[in-house]
Amino acid sequence: MSVPADGLHVPSAHGHDHGHDDGSKTLLGFWIYLMSDCLIFSGLFATFAVLANATAGGPTGKELFELPYVLGETALLLVSSFTFGLAMLDMHAGRRQRVMAWLVATFLLGAGFIGMEVHEFAHLIHEGAGPDRSAFLSSYFTLVGTHGLHVTAGLLWLLVMMDQVRRRGLNDDTRRRLSCLSLFWHFLDIVWICVFTFVYLRGAI
Amino acid sequence: MAASNHVSHGHHGHDDAHGSLKSYVVGFGLSILLTLASFGTVMSGAVPHHLMMPGIVVFAVAQLLVQLVFFLHMGTSPGKRGNLAIMLFTLLILAIVVVGSLWVLHNMNVNMMHPALPQMPTE
Repeated sequence: MSVPADGLHVPSAHGHDHGHDDGSKTLLGFWIYLMSDCLIFSGLFATFAVLANATAGGPTGKELFELPYVLGETALLLVSSFTFGLAMLDMHAGRRQRVMAWLVATFLLGAGFIGMEVHEFAHLIHEGAGPDRSAFLSSYFTLVGTHGLHVTAGLLWLLVMMDQVRRRGLNDDTRRRLSCLSLFWHFLDIVWICVFTFVYLRGAI
Repeated sequence: MAASNHVSHGHHGHDDAHGSLKSYVVGFGLSILLTLASFGTVMSGAVPHHLMMPGIVVFAVAQLLVQLVFFLHMGTSPGKRGNLAIMLFTLLILAIVVVGSLWVLHNMNVNMMHPALPQMPTE
């Protein structure tokens, strides 16, 4: 039995048929965090929607956004969401090596997404369409950048979990943490659906 | 449900919460189709301009539902109703924030920044 690291874990729950209890409460709490995160994004989406036409004579979304590039970013994030799902299936089946392999795949896809996004931002700023150009671009960089920071945090969390799975294996603690991270990762893909629809595609119409 | 779940974790009792390979594959396939439909609506040029916005909104909502059900395993099973209720409440707040902002600022733009109005009369 592993030593509880966080004080939340009740050792007597081990071996009982309802050993899922503490994990499910943590997951419920994490779900509430995700929903509050959702409210942060709702504020940023509302800001962007209000300021989408406030280009101050600068470039519009239609002139700036390259949809094939955005489709590439979308593909990377969607596939990474799928590979994390496969990692969870192998976690529930107790196949540690395959969990590690899927986590590495998820990390590489997520890192590719962030790489593309950083390149896109650098390109925009180089063209003189940085966040200081207009209210439209300020809200664009804030919204898309906040999503990018979340994905970056998810990548760091993935690294930590890969290390924990490698050193401790799939015990109750690492399973619970991986379950939370999977919610986080799928949630970020869901937010990205709103980003590519209401920022990029709407801007290109 | 994957049979292997029962082998190593038969005591879990509610495999709903984990999903299965089939649910992930179905969700992934539907997400790819809906993503391509969204981008195709705008990029192909085959869709009339006035139908683009309604089209991408419909595809986005459909993909949100697909990912919530197949990836996040949302549903109405007893163990999931709490999560569902919290999410529905969040959606209500979200709708108030987004629709309310657009509504209020649209009205303000219409009523306060009319470029065609003459300057304030100076007595």
